[in-house]
Amino acid sequence: MSVAAKVWALHLGVLAALLAAQAVLPAYHAGNLARIMVLAVYAMGFNIAFGYTGLLSLGHALFFGAGLYGMGMLVALAGWGAGAALVAGIAAGGTMALAVGLLALRTAGVSFMIVTLMFAQAGYLTILYYTPYTRGEEGIVIDRAARVLLGFDLSQDAIRYFAAFALFAAALLVKLALVRSPFGRVMVAMRENEERSRMLGYDPFRIKLAALVLSGLYAGAAGAAYGLLFGYVGASFASIQYSILPLLYVLLGGAGTVLGPFLGAALMFYLIDLASGVTTAHLLVVGVALLVLVLFAPKGILGALRDRGLKWLP
Amino acid sequence: MTAAVLALTAVGLALVFGVMRVVNVAHGEFFMLGAVAAWFVTTWIPGPPAVGFIAALVLCPLLVASVAALADTLVLKRLNYDPDATIVATIGLLYILQQAALSLYGPDARPVEAPFTLRVQFPWFGYSGYKLAVIAAAAVILAGVWLLLARTRIGLVMRATQIDRETARAFGINVDRVYAGVFALGAGLAAVAAVLIVPIQQAHYLMGHDPLLLSFIVVIIGGLGSLRGTLVAALLIGLSDGVISVFFSPTLAKILATLFVALVLVFRPQGLMGRRTA
Repeated sequence: MSVAAKVWALHLGVLAALLAAQAVLPAYHAGNLARIMVLAVYAMGFNIAFGYTGLLSLGHALFFGAGLYGMGMLVALAGWGAGAALVAGIAAGGTMALAVGLLALRTAGVSFMIVTLMFAQAGYLTILYYTPYTRGEEGIVIDRAARVLLGFDLSQDAIRYFAAFALFAAALLVKLALVRSPFGRVMVAMRENEERSRMLGYDPFRIKLAALVLSGLYAGAAGAAYGLLFGYVGASFASIQYSILPLLYVLLGGAGTVLGPFLGAALMFYLIDLASGVTTAHLLVVGVALLVLVLFAPKGILGALRDRGLKWLP
Repeated sequence: MTAAVLALTAVGLALVFGVMRVVNVAHGEFFMLGAVAAWFVTTWIPGPPAVGFIAALVLCPLLVASVAALADTLVLKRLNYDPDATIVATIGLLYILQQAALSLYGPDARPVEAPFTLRVQFPWFGYSGYKLAVIAAAAVILAGVWLLLARTRIGLVMRATQIDRETARAFGINVDRVYAGVFALGAGLAAVAAVLIVPIQQAHYLMGHDPLLLSFIVVIIGGLGSLRGTLVAALLIGLSDGVISVFFSPTLAKILATLFVALVLVFRPQGLMGRRTA
């Protein structure tokens, strides 16, 4: 098989398996999988910035939160329909990424991490500050009546699953096309050697900004979808922990791989799920996982596979 | 008062960043660990509160420093101090320490008794004698750190390692030990600050967040790696923190402070007082 055929076979196969899983899995796991797919979209967005372009942001919760609240506030306070609010949420994620990128991309490395962290923290505090509108820690519960998209009731399990699947599939295919496109190659060039790509005539600032905005659009889409599908918008989704989670997923699955974020999200989700059956110390699991990954498997599962023979893995 | 404790914590962070180029996100957790350990020590040691407190002041920083040295040897050294990897690793460390405190110590905030409750009475207002003592203690420790860095061989070795790790190694300096020592010293300073503040502010497993944020602000405004800048910035922030929270709500004050730090990093990466290096 040619490389392109193998790539398409793998990704379409994964999508087909996920589609079939809804009929096979018990309701509890199907519900989990719907959540994992939405979180995986978020992690894929993070991966565009971190895995491909080499921008380690510690503030992606800001973009996720922008999508979540952009959608949630419009539905809850302005009475918008789910479709329009979803689009607005995605746009909010992208706009926020553009604003942060314009400032933060003037820095690099450690400073970039701290700046994004600080912006995200400021965003989280802003949500708390406007508690009369955002309901702060308590959060907004989105009415069932408002969670109807194109005539489908998103609060029903099966429809929720397929909605999450549709979003995930679209995100996966767009990302696959993106990283195989010339622009995707330039993003990787930024990660590998910024100076050399500058010498070749690319403008690092614009490329990194474009990658960050794309990443923000993904995060915004995941945030808006999460709010719509699960009916809850809360400040905790904008906290530092939600900036760390996609990093964890991406590191586990493999930075710079298309399927890595999904694999990482699924494994981590079930790891925490299993661990919370044994102990309440699920923060410990997150902490240990981060340490183990960064020490022993900095490339993640798919990254390691790619090094060991599966060179064609995108 | 805030300024004094803040300065100790921030100098610890600045030292670690300055010498090792490691952004220690877990710094606030070392602070928390110091406070929690102080509670354990003062509870276990019988007798008047002063005895327990002095024991805590000696033991807790040592304990926290050894935890830090262990973390450095087991984790950071093996990452070869790569900036991206160490930041992820210290985030992991943050979660582990926080969870450990939550599991072993519990979610409650617990007070530690002050060693003495003298009240300095001026004609027009009273002032807690303990708070003045904290300021004095912090000043003495900071002076000690400064002497250590500027006047002793240990300081010389540290500065040599900071400037050029490879050359320092070539001159027979055990760079690994220097790094472990610096990381331990930085954590120890945070722990001292925590022990000093714990009679005023209770020990709680989430108490590391605010000092971490404030220390970041101080270190960044003072210029990364510049110790003198850090000191001045700590005094300024410590004093202004109180002033700002008089005029604004604490949340708004924090929002403004975080945005300010981000903007300083963007537009003046050398800090407000640091000198630009070409």
